[in-house]
Amino acid sequence: MEQHTNKERLLWTIGILVVLLYALIPVMWIASLSFKTPAEVGDGKFFSGFSTDNYEVIFNDDTFLAALINSIGIASIATLISIVLAAMAAYALSRLDFAGKAVILSGALAVAMFPPISIVGSLFDMWRAIGLYDTWPGLIIPYMTFTLPLAIYTLSAFFREIPWELEQAAQVDGATPFQAFRKVIVPLAAPGVFTAAILVFIFAWNDFIFANTLTSTDAARTVPAALAFFTGASQFEQPIGAISAAAVVVTVPIIIMVLIFQRRIVAGLTAGAVKG
Amino acid sequence: MSTAEATGTRTAAPPKGKVSDRKKAERKLAWMLCAPAVIVMLLVTGYPIAYAFYLSLQKFDLRFPDDKEFVGLANYGDVLSSSTWWSDVITTLIITVASVALELVLGMAIALVMHRAIFGRGPVRAAILIPYGIVTVVAAFAWKFAFDPTSGFVFGLPLISDTWQPLNTKGGSLLVIILAEVWKTTPFMALLLLAGLALVPDELHEAAKVDGASTIQRFFRITLPLMRPAILVALLFRTLDAFRIFDTPFIIQPGGALGTETVSILGYNILINRVNLGLGSAVSILIFICVILIATLFVKGLGTSTAQQRGEV
Repeated sequence: MEQHTNKERLLWTIGILVVLLYALIPVMWIASLSFKTPAEVGDGKFFSGFSTDNYEVIFNDDTFLAALINSIGIASIATLISIVLAAMAAYALSRLDFAGKAVILSGALAVAMFPPISIVGSLFDMWRAIGLYDTWPGLIIPYMTFTLPLAIYTLSAFFREIPWELEQAAQVDGATPFQAFRKVIVPLAAPGVFTAAILVFIFAWNDFIFANTLTSTDAARTVPAALAFFTGASQFEQPIGAISAAAVVVTVPIIIMVLIFQRRIVAGLTAGAVKG
Repeated sequence: MSTAEATGTRTAAPPKGKVSDRKKAERKLAWMLCAPAVIVMLLVTGYPIAYAFYLSLQKFDLRFPDDKEFVGLANYGDVLSSSTWWSDVITTLIITVASVALELVLGMAIALVMHRAIFGRGPVRAAILIPYGIVTVVAAFAWKFAFDPTSGFVFGLPLISDTWQPLNTKGGSLLVIILAEVWKTTPFMALLLLAGLALVPDELHEAAKVDGASTIQRFFRITLPLMRPAILVALLFRTLDAFRIFDTPFIIQPGGALGTETVSILGYNILINRVNLGLGSAVSILIFICVILIATLFVKGLGTSTAQQRGEV
């Protein structure tokens, strides 16, 4: 172990505290607002009140509950579809030898860079014509534009690290190909697939532009879009407390997931980007 | 990618016959596995963009759907000759350049803290993943509410005037938009740069230290040049992302009020609020072209920088 002077320790402590404050203050502010009564909202203090009124309001609000269900359902289905399709592609990209690998990878990258606003208008027109406007599939389909490339990149990066020889070794030891796959490869691949699924889910959960333009009612409107159109007693007044409470509700599960799987998420994020 | 090519030539070397049959089967399997993903990606992006291009050549307003007619490039002429488009391009560029530059500096600082920290690496990583995981709309609300006179806390801080109302001016609103964007996306930048930092060999630093180079000299002469590809990749991702910015300004100044309209918000206003699909699609296609231009510039830069590095080694 290297010796560190007190001065160095102090500097590092300051650096780390600055980073922690940077990351946490805005979150703390919105959490603090969510517990305030209308009288306390303007006091400019952190955690001056501990009223749960705002949470009661949003959990009795049909629009918010519908949006929550839409968000969970749409993001989950989009994640499931893109992970299945991407896992097949990533297996081929990382394990099989064929021409066109580079084309598929750069194509996926190009799709990932795609500006969503460029297709919003045509989707709006098409979806109204064929009845997909304001439906779950109407959002799940455009979500593929960003979930699929992300899943392909992260999964190929993870699959490249799998020691595939173990599969043959198991077969030499007498396992059937299916056993070798199920008992050796699946446990090795599962954590990567799971991490990719979390990342994809976060992206789908985050979408605002498609949800905002391709939905209009509780039938398919997701939480980010519902938040933007949340109105209070008067139509022109934003209910700050209720929005903050809703914001906390949609943020907490994601933060918990991110914190539990932080190591893998960092690996997935950087592996996908650096190898691309 | 280079490893894939290397194994490709190695497996192609053995005599033909059985091997080539197996290779054919492998190729077929590979394409069958990739086909669904490739087809879906083409359908969900290629078809709508082609349709957007078609719409952009029409006079097509949903309020008067019967007046639909082919007008060639007239919509592009209308967009490119309007001062709104150009002022929105400038607003978007201001947000893009300011936020990406700030993110690069902050992200590098955080990456260095994480890379060299003698303790506390775990908490730092956990903390910076929080902005990353938060929904952009929520992050925008958090910053808006922090600067809003009716709910904010920044006015209680020292050095900040109680009467300052950033959300009532263009400059102030852009500042809040940039801060929200920087806060949300710096973690991603920091993680990419951290991965790049890990590729800089420690021996080089040790050798330079022995030669008497200061920490700052080592950072600018060793770390930065070796990280050039990683920095360019991070800048590429973030620049393209920032240029498409929609969620944050939409929440902080609804409708692009006070001159905060970005090109994506302009597209939204024309397509969805004014339901003028012809004119709006021209804006969509122009944004698409801008993104391609930015990407091409970066990819060229990336190509020359990796070539330079290979030449040096």
